[in-house]
Amino acid sequence: MSLGLRSTLLSLLLLALLLGIYHVATAPSGGSVAGGGANDEYAKLMGKAAGATKSDGMPTLSQMGESALKHLSAPFYDNGPNDKGIGIQVAHSLGRVGLGFFLAAVVAIPLGFLIGMSPLLHGALNPFTQVLKPITPLAWMPIALYTIKDSSASGIFVIFICSIWPMLINTAFGVASVRRDWLNVARTLEVGPVRRAFEVILPAAAPTILTGMRISMGIAWLVIVAAEMLVGGTGIGYFVWNEWNNLSITNVMFAILLIGVVGMLLDLVFARLQHLVTWRE
Amino acid sequence: MSGAEYILQVQGLAKRYPSSSGSPAVPVFENVDFTIARGEFVCIIGHSGCGKTTILNVLAGLESASSGFVFMDGREVNGPGLERGVVFQGHALMPWMTVLGNVAFAVRSRWPDWSKAKVEAHCRRFIELVGLAGAEHKKPAELSGGMKQRVGIARAFSIEPKMLLLDEPFGALDALTRGVIQDELVRICAATNQSVFMITHDVDEAILLADRILLMSNGPRARIAEIVRNTLPRDRTRLTIHHDPQFYRIRNHLVDFLVHRSKLIQQGGADPSSAAASGPIEVSPGLLSDGAADVPADVPADLRMADDIALDVPIHHPLSANS
Repeated sequence: MSLGLRSTLLSLLLLALLLGIYHVATAPSGGSVAGGGANDEYAKLMGKAAGATKSDGMPTLSQMGESALKHLSAPFYDNGPNDKGIGIQVAHSLGRVGLGFFLAAVVAIPLGFLIGMSPLLHGALNPFTQVLKPITPLAWMPIALYTIKDSSASGIFVIFICSIWPMLINTAFGVASVRRDWLNVARTLEVGPVRRAFEVILPAAAPTILTGMRISMGIAWLVIVAAEMLVGGTGIGYFVWNEWNNLSITNVMFAILLIGVVGMLLDLVFARLQHLVTWRE
Repeated sequence: MSGAEYILQVQGLAKRYPSSSGSPAVPVFENVDFTIARGEFVCIIGHSGCGKTTILNVLAGLESASSGFVFMDGREVNGPGLERGVVFQGHALMPWMTVLGNVAFAVRSRWPDWSKAKVEAHCRRFIELVGLAGAEHKKPAELSGGMKQRVGIARAFSIEPKMLLLDEPFGALDALTRGVIQDELVRICAATNQSVFMITHDVDEAILLADRILLMSNGPRARIAEIVRNTLPRDRTRLTIHHDPQFYRIRNHLVDFLVHRSKLIQQGGADPSSAAASGPIEVSPGLLSDGAADVPADVPADLRMADDIALDVPIHHPLSANS
């Protein structure tokens, strides 16, 4: 049996084990529902009469499955601001991440190129990046809301500001560490600066740049959920917050899983891109 | 000295690196003077640290000297240029480009307005010249060390430079591959009447390839101590060169220099055969009449086989059966 097959099998086994534990832990304990009369009264007052589906505590596996089926069977319906299909919510989140990430790339890659080529610029800008990099992206939110005055654009700004640093730093590092030999080849061939940038430095640094982009995308997807919880309106983060306010843990759990799967797919895309530009010696 | 007969003139070259303690910098090398005639193949030999690579980089325009001048075709060299082709020590191929891409990168630099088809045809000619036809679309990672170095040579030749600068191009290759590529280099240089300046550590390689061999004393304060004229006929080949008695006289002279004299010259100029002020003398140890610089015939056996270079005379070379 190949290693891949064996590890897949082990994964499936672990999944079954986790689901089993979860199932046992969330199984309805019949006693409490058919409790004493006084408790019945109380339960009725709380809208949880005996016989109603058990909705307190963690959802069972079957409830989760039902909820997932319901969401995935109609992902794109739109019944007003607080009731949209899960597909629409994810699309909103992806749109914000995509736009913020794109703007960050447009700024970070050329700037990283300049920093990587010029030790002077590197020295001059290094204190700024060192101070700005460790700031939690959400800390920018009040400033963004105050200056931009638009909650959606503020979300995009937060994605922009959190995506920019890994791309900037990796691009600068990749460009600065292009092998001297290759630059010397370009010099002896009297290659102009534009050709040198695009035909020597960019392909040489591309794997490092793509690594930075991959890290940025991972962070952006982490941050978007929190940002949307704050700004509200649309998006998968807002969906999580809304369902929490509805006390629908089932929907929250479903959204959490979905966030994980989308994050994984985004990472896969960048892993593929990274593979495309990586050269071997 | 007019510039007409020499393609390259080097005058009073020196390189000093600032010392960390603030004391005046001791030059790595100084008073380096030599010329290279058109179509001449010149090798430079010396121990590590004598500044050979720095000299080559100055000729290439990649580094600047602390003092002295380099004239190429009568014009001063003060930067890299397309009229000098450089083969780097570590081949320096771009790993993301194919063989064709690497050569085409050079050709497009030399002739930017050529059509794509013309560039490709030109590249293919030079890839074929180094015996790599069929490997055009391979990436360097798929090639052996010898094949990579051939691509480096094809790239340097493809821009049809006036002069070729080779920095120990075969240093990383095994003896068999080295021999084959040396033969190719001889053939290509003869066919194109190329002027070449080459660094090597390999005495046999220098005797096979070079018309003149510059011997450098040890650094710091290295200089060109002696210039050895190779008096072997120019049509020498790797397979027959060791049958000529001159070969051993030259070889012993070179090995003797590297083992003993290069150190003595550095320490205090104890060598009477060359004085620092008057510049390097030119000797022809291959000729018997030039007794002064000759090494006695009874050189100890351990000197004849002074180092691994003995391996580089492939008496039982597999190719000899075919020729």
